[in-house]
Order: sequence, then structure tokens, then C-alpha cells
Amino acid sequence: MRFRWAIAITAGTIVALAACSSAKTAGPSSPATNHAVSGGTFTILANSSFGVADPAQNYTLQEWQLLIDTHDGLVAFQRVGGVPGTKLVPDLAASLPVPTNGGKTYTFQIRRGIKFSNGQVLKPSDFLTTFERQFTVPGPTTFYSGLIGASACSTKHCDLSKGVVADDANYTLTLNLTTPDPELLDQLALPFAFAVPSGTSMKLTGNTVPPGTGPYKWQSYNPNAQAVLVRNPYFHVWNAAAQPPGYPNQIIEKYGLQVSEEVTEVENGQANEVWDGDQIPSDRLAELNSAKFANQVHVNALTADWYFALNTKRPPFNNVLARQAINYAANRAAYVKIAGGPSLAVPTCQILPPQFPAYTPYCPYTAGTDHTTWTGPDLTKARQLVQQSGTAGTKVVVNGTNDEVGKSLVAQMVADLDAIGYKASSQLLTMSIQYPFIQNSSNAGKWNVAWSAWYQDYPAPSDFLNVLLGCDTIHPNSDASPNIAEYCSPSVQSQIDQARTLGQTNTTAADQLWTKVDHADTDAAPWVDLYNPKQIDLLSSNVHGYQWNPQWYILIDQLWLS
Amino acid sequence: MTATAATARQRAIAAPAARNPWAIAARRLWRNRIAMAALVLFGLIVAVSLAAPLYAHDIAHVNPFVNNLNGTTVVNGHTVPIMQQGGGVLKLGENPIGPTWDIQHYFLGADNLGRDVATRLLYGGRSSLEIGIGSALICCVIATVVALIAGFFGGVTDALLSRLMDLIWAFPVYLLAISISTVLLTRANGMQLGPLHLVAGSLWLPTLIIAFIYVPYVYRPVRGQVLSVVNREYVEAAIAQGASNLRLIFSEILPNVVSVVIVLFPLMIATNILTESALSFLSIGVQPPSASWGTIISDGQQLLYTRPWVSLAPGIMIVLTVLSLNVLGDGVRDALDPRAKVRGRVTAGQAAAVGGPGQFSTASVPDVPEVPDR
Repeated sequence: MRFRWAIAITAGTIVALAACSSAKTAGPSSPATNHAVSGGTFTILANSSFGVADPAQNYTLQEWQLLIDTHDGLVAFQRVGGVPGTKLVPDLAASLPVPTNGGKTYTFQIRRGIKFSNGQVLKPSDFLTTFERQFTVPGPTTFYSGLIGASACSTKHCDLSKGVVADDANYTLTLNLTTPDPELLDQLALPFAFAVPSGTSMKLTGNTVPPGTGPYKWQSYNPNAQAVLVRNPYFHVWNAAAQPPGYPNQIIEKYGLQVSEEVTEVENGQANEVWDGDQIPSDRLAELNSAKFANQVHVNALTADWYFALNTKRPPFNNVLARQAINYAANRAAYVKIAGGPSLAVPTCQILPPQFPAYTPYCPYTAGTDHTTWTGPDLTKARQLVQQSGTAGTKVVVNGTNDEVGKSLVAQMVADLDAIGYKASSQLLTMSIQYPFIQNSSNAGKWNVAWSAWYQDYPAPSDFLNVLLGCDTIHPNSDASPNIAEYCSPSVQSQIDQARTLGQTNTTAADQLWTKVDHADTDAAPWVDLYNPKQIDLLSSNVHGYQWNPQWYILIDQLWLS
Repeated sequence: MTATAATARQRAIAAPAARNPWAIAARRLWRNRIAMAALVLFGLIVAVSLAAPLYAHDIAHVNPFVNNLNGTTVVNGHTVPIMQQGGGVLKLGENPIGPTWDIQHYFLGADNLGRDVATRLLYGGRSSLEIGIGSALICCVIATVVALIAGFFGGVTDALLSRLMDLIWAFPVYLLAISISTVLLTRANGMQLGPLHLVAGSLWLPTLIIAFIYVPYVYRPVRGQVLSVVNREYVEAAIAQGASNLRLIFSEILPNVVSVVIVLFPLMIATNILTESALSFLSIGVQPPSASWGTIISDGQQLLYTRPWVSLAPGIMIVLTVLSLNVLGDGVRDALDPRAKVRGRVTAGQAAAVGGPGQFSTASVPDVPEVPDR
């Protein structure tokens, strides 16, 4: 998921991620202590809202962090901090199914006795409505497009009765796919698949969130003011690993303050959290380094990439030597400084982020002989490659966003390109325009290098390697074409397809193949990978029980107030 | 007052009008100490900005357009990194060095890319002034030509041109500028506009955009003046002598409306510098790595708590420049049309006592309207 535009998700993965990443070096979390108490109002401050609230459309971490407290899916990522948080557990389903029919059929036994926050009893047929809404409500429908009948769905009509077979008498739900999908269970844990009652409008519900089954319910949502979650009176615990009861009685997310003001309010105890997606201004970081706030600041590494995509359809970067040249020239230490220094970013050369499935360190574009870690740019090699490619002196347009960090990243890329003989200029667009602009192939003739960032949707290598660099994710003339570089290698795509097939039966072998794909993509250099970011959580001094989940980041409902 | 006294007074007033009116205006301006102080201040700002390359190459020895995130400088004889990592346990953030007040080493500190703020301030002044003066010049020329045509020909021509100006005027200035900038900035190979090839980083882009959006602002008072002049006796006399339309416009009417344009010109420079700063602050004016005062303020946004001088310095320069131009503009207006000053002070009865309006010059300068905040 694109973080800053759709602001992000996450997810995570990963083994040991949190354990290694908490900058407080306190591990992934400091779990709720025995003194944890329920009650109170937990207040989050966010610079802006997350837009339309309908869970069938919303694709932002900001709402997802709240939706996991109000809704449930068939399965869930375990609701705990650290590595165990990447494990799938049954939620509304009684157990995790084993696929049959060659990996094309999944049968779930649905739990009985669960009610939505409006008092309606949960039935298997509610999932038919849930999945059909994925197609009748405009949104990212690709996650469930493998269901039988999905290809015929449109925003006007959708019939998934053959793909989603609900038996309300026996409380079973069967999902039938056209082709095997080893990542289906991961995708079912995303909020798009969270159950809503049958009878919910098949059209976009706008700022109204349909009832869910979680411990909280949406009392109100006004994108210009605040979102308010209160306790769901019908909730009871059926699997604490998937959906534990929350501690605060009420969760409020307020919108509209500048991030700097949010920092001040949280420091003063007037609110409890600066929302994780709000980037704390660099000049406020100095005060957070003081011992006074040591227990209130948490830093975690994210499974995400910040990168520049190279336009492989247009000179000079339709030439692999030119692409490799800028990879050698990129001064990743400078990009890391722009991100806030080594404590907030780690330089990288490859597509997969550290501590992700199939990740093995690989960095061919570095000075020195150790090709696992980036140590410095190699300008001599870069200039030599530019000469070999015959592209020296070419004009290059670097596209980016016009916020402070975006401008700085573009300026550094312009400097790096100029240093090896290109004539680079910048093209800055507002955040909301830039991402659709660079995705749409009709604009491909207008830029050569474009900034982007990607945060995992769920912990699977395909979420980077196939979604961002697969041949199938190039959608001409569409604003939703995540393969921005338009890089397509038939041989690598063949390996991707093999890895996906292998993943159904042999995860280890599949991961080995994914590793090869990662390194092959890195060698082909469709991107200049810059760094893997880290994220700051700032909490007020009266907040306890901090847990950082690699998939959902901070677990809001598991925090308690003193 | 007796008839004799009134006649003597009229003669006394009329006497200087027999001399070159421009010389009289220049003398009036020279005597206006506040306006002259403003002129000197503006001249100083221009001179200092023009000296930017000298300062960068021979004093500060820096390239203000290249990132210097890994560079060092000298403070009190010690070499220190320009970007300094945060302290404490977490070591969060990288802060640029603050002002050293040493003219040779990062006098005003560095920005978030490690570039020397003082040098960028001077280069930024060049860009802001170039855009401000250039766009004011283009704007005034276009507006004057259009106003002359509309006012002289009248009828349908006037109606069409005036509605066109209304159309441009009806758009919110910044929204219009943002829309035009966004479209032009994303054109692959720039845009050819006559002899000009506009690319994303070109200063011509903000210059032309700003010039375009303010044409109606200058057009209106100039057209009004043309309408008041076009039926004067000397124009009718020229028509009777068989003068062509071109000659009537440029020889008879233009000299009598040009004082309005002259008064508006410094005010337009000031307005345009402010507009340029706003557009650059929004990243749709001057494009990086070039600098203008607006872009430097924007660069300093994230540093307001720890490095306020990054934003304060260009802000002060904008205030001083705009203030000096506004004061100078008022001075020019007073010099060209002393009646305007009197109008502001005297009552109608007092005005009648000094002979009533229309006695001092053939081309009276209308009060300049404020640019509305749109």
C-alpha cells in the first residue's frame, strides 16, 4: 500500500521485526501490565481525516487502525505486539481452513452467537453482502477478484453466489476461486473483508460505517472534526487472540491540527497520541530526544520502501546501464539524513525490506566489495556506466511531491543525476495529484524519475515483487497502475508465477524463489531504492500498555490510561 | 478672495505647468524625503541581490544550489558537520547548523539540505526581483495596450475586451495561478510561447503567470483614463488634422495616460513579489534547486522551532522590499499628481477654494485601488 497517499498500511511481517526495531530498544512492545485498567477516553490527534469511511472503499491505515476495533473478518492477524502479531488466527471463523480442490476452495465454519453492534445476529450470508460490496462500491477490488463470478461484477451489479456460498443452516461459508491463491487468507484478514450485515446498502455509505462485531462501534464520524468510537454492547470475547476486549471506554480521533500542535498537546497531556502517519516536523524531534520524553517515544522499523521509480519506457532509463548508473550514484546517506538520520531510516538497494519473508541482504550498488550493505556511492563506476550507455547529457525530469521531505528528496536526486552527467530538473506536484499522475501511463512521457513509497498490505513477498514490478500490474491509462516504472521482464514474471504456485505447498522453496526474484529485480534496477523508514509513536505520559503490531502498528484499544 | 488675488494664484500655479511636467514631477519626487529613502532602500536591496555570485564565489565559497548534507564548515576555528544528528538516547532527527554570524561561514546557517541560507537569500532576491519587475513590466505593457484599444475604439471592442478582463478577474488569483502552473509544470518538453521556450524550472513561467493574472488590475484604471482623455479637445484637433488611429493612440492618448501606468508600476512590482513568494511557498513558482524568497520561507517551515532564521531572513527581505516599493509608489503618485495628495486632505469646500479639480495637470492620476485579497 502506498503510505503517504493512502496512508498506509502496514503490516507486517515479520520475524523479529519488532524485536529488533523498537528504538526504545524495549522490544516490540511493553505489554499491558497487571495493573491495566479499563475506562477513560483515548484521544488521538491527526492532521487530517481518512476520507470516506465505508470499509469497502477505504484503503488507509488511519481508518484500518480503528476498523480492527469495530469489525471482524473470517480470520485475523493475532492482536498482539511483535512477531506473533503476523500470525493468522481464526476470528469469525471457528478455525483456519485447509484449502481443497487444488487450492481453489476454502470452507469456513462460522461461529454462532455473535451479534453486530445493531443487534443483528451474524450469519454466513452476511459475507455474501460483504464480498459483493467489494465490487459494487468503487474501491480496490483486486484482492478478491479471484472469486468465481467476480469478473462479471460491476458497480451496478454483482452476483457472487457461486464464489461465496453461504449455508446459514449449518453456519458454513465456502469461497470458490477461479485459480489457487496462496495469499487468500492474508487478504481475508484485511478490513475489506470485515463482515457487515446483510441488508447493508450495496452503494457507498459515505461517512457512515456499517455495523461491525468488534468491541467498539462507530458513534459518529465527521471528517472535518472527529471520529468517535464507543463500546459495542453486544460484544463478547470469542477468541482473544483475534479480538480481545479493549481498555478505553471511548476512542476519539480529532482532526485539523498542525502536527507541531499535536506534538505540543500530547506533550502537555491534553491528548494521548500523535497519529502515527503524521510526520513529526524535524525541528520538534530535538525535544523528543530529551530524557523527559524517553518513555513516551517509541520508534519502530517498518516493512516499507521509499524509492524513485525509473521510467523504463523512455530514454535514458530504458537502458539498463543507465538505471544501474544512477543506482551506483545515489547518495543514500543523504537521503537517510533527509528522512531524519540513521535512527529513522536505513539505506537499502533492494526491493524487499529487511526482516520480510524471503529477504536476504543484497546491495550490488555500493562502494567497496561487500555487496550486502550499502556503504557509499560509487561515482566512478556510475560515470563509467553512463558513458557505456551513451546517455550522458540527456535531460531528465525528476517528479516528486511538493511537501518539505518530497522537495528535499527530489533535490538530492537532481544533484545525484547531475553528478554523473545528466541534466536533471525537478517537477513537483501536490501529494494528491502526484501518485495518480505517475501511475497513469498517459503521463509516462512527462517524467523520467518519480518518487514513491510502498508499505506492505500483508506479509508476503508478492505484495512488493508482483504488485509493484509484475507484468500484470501495468494497467495502461489507469490512475491505479502500481508498477510505476512499467518494468516487465518475462523471465522474472515466470519466476513470480512459479513462486506463487509453489507457495501453496512449499513455503520454504517459494521463499527461495522469491529471493531470486528480489535480486533479479534489483539487478535490473527499475528503481533507485533509497531507504527503509522507521516510525515514531508519541504518547502522553499517562498511556500504558504500548504494543506495536507489524501489521496494524500501534494497537490503540490495548492501551490503557492512568 | 478677490478676483485679482484668485487670478494671481492661478498664474502662480499654472506657471510651472509651462515647463516640462516630467522634470517638475522628478523635482517633487526628489523633495519627498520618505520616497527617496524608500528608493535608496530598494536600490540597496537590488544591489545586494545582484552581488550574490560575488558573495557566493569570493566570500562564502559555497554553491547555494547543491545539497551539502554531508559537508562541514568552520565555527570558532573548529570544523563541524553542517547537519547535526539529534542527541539523547534516541538520536532522532538531523538539524542544520544555525547562524554563525561569520560572513565567511554560513552567516545565517544552513537549510534542511545543508545549503548556505545567506547565499540563497541573495540569489533568492535576484529571482524574486526579476520575477517581480519582469512580470510588472509585461503586465503593464499588455494592460496598457489592451486598455488603449478598448478605450479608443469603444463599442463592441470595448465591451468584448472588458468582459474578457472581467473573466480573468473573476477567477481567484492564486487558484488561477496554481492551475496554470500545475498544467505547465507537467508538460513533458516545456512549452513554446513565441520566442520563449518555457520549461518547468524556468523563471519565465512564474513571471508570465503573474503578469497574466494581474492584467485586469492594471487594465481598469488605464482604460478609465483613456476614456477620459479620448474626447479631449486636443484629440479632436488631431482627428480634424487627419491623424491616423495609430498616431492618435500612441501620440495623443498614450502620453496622457502613461502617468497612471508609472504610478502603478512600483506597486505592481510589490504585489507581484508577494504573489511570487506565495506561489513559490506553495512550490508552484520558482522550482528547486533555484531559490526565491518564497521558496526559502517554505524550506524553513520545518525548522521554525530550531532554525527560525531560515524563514525570518527572507520574510524580512520581502517586507522591506514591498514596503519600499509601496512608499515609492505613493511618492511617484504624489509627484505626478499632487492633487491626489490634496484630495485626501481637504474638504470639498477647501478644494473649491483652491480652484476645483482639473486645474493642475492635463492627466490626473486616479487613486490606485487596493489589490483585493482573493
